[in-house]
Amino acid sequence: MIEDTGIVVAFWVLALTTVGCAAMVAAVRELIQAVLFLALSFIGVAGIYIVLSADFVAVVQVLIYAGAIAVLMTFAVMLTPAADRKNSETTFAGPALVLAGLVLSVIVFVAYDTSWNISGRAAFPSTAASLGEAFLKPYVVPFEVASVLLLVAMVGAIVLTKEESADA
Amino acid sequence: MPDLPLLASVKLEQVLVLGGFLFAIGLYLSLAKRNAIGILMGVELMLNAVNVTLIGFSRFVVSPRPLDGQVFAVFVITVAAAEAAVALALAVAVYKHRDTINIDEIDLLRW
Repeated sequence: MIEDTGIVVAFWVLALTTVGCAAMVAAVRELIQAVLFLALSFIGVAGIYIVLSADFVAVVQVLIYAGAIAVLMTFAVMLTPAADRKNSETTFAGPALVLAGLVLSVIVFVAYDTSWNISGRAAFPSTAASLGEAFLKPYVVPFEVASVLLLVAMVGAIVLTKEESADA
Repeated sequence: MPDLPLLASVKLEQVLVLGGFLFAIGLYLSLAKRNAIGILMGVELMLNAVNVTLIGFSRFVVSPRPLDGQVFAVFVITVAAAEAAVALALAVAVYKHRDTINIDEIDLLRW
């Protein structure tokens, strides 16, 4: 439980920003605006990480989500100029809204009904050093697998979008 | 703030509810949007929601290795980046052949 007033206020401001921007992604009628609201929501999530004393993950979040993935999505929107950009819904919008509401109510119920094993631990000190140690000691195999996965994804993305040459 | 007990402190439950809101919005986006990029945005929001809950558990719950939640969050971010690159490449590849990325018009495999 965090009771420091500044952190509590920051948490609620960031939480409202994040959820509000995420809702705007669904509400705006222009796809490129939806991408921008999504980037804002990612930055809000990075702020939440800082409140929860995950400084390294917050930096990674800003770099990869708000940086790389938002730019990638903007490029994908710009590379599909003739496609429909109205950010409209299919006929599944009604059932999808009901399902999302049900999932949300189940999560809220479980979150408040379970007696979590809460520790009174203070905030972590800077986490980068201990995270690096965790990556290179107990999690070294998943770490290497992740690097191979990134390589395969990069090659796959290039192959998928490559112009087919005339003699191929 | 004794009159606002819900808002006076940050507890695990509130982080989980925040994650739940993000997950529900992401689920709605990925099920309801017509544009493939809109669907991908929903998937990314759901991955973010999971990361928020992982970091929340890492901060608040008793554990012999409390930083493991943050390690998992970094792995989730890695996989999400790979998934976004491939999915957007797929969308661009489909667009080259069909001039649309609306999922209700890409129905070649529909019975």
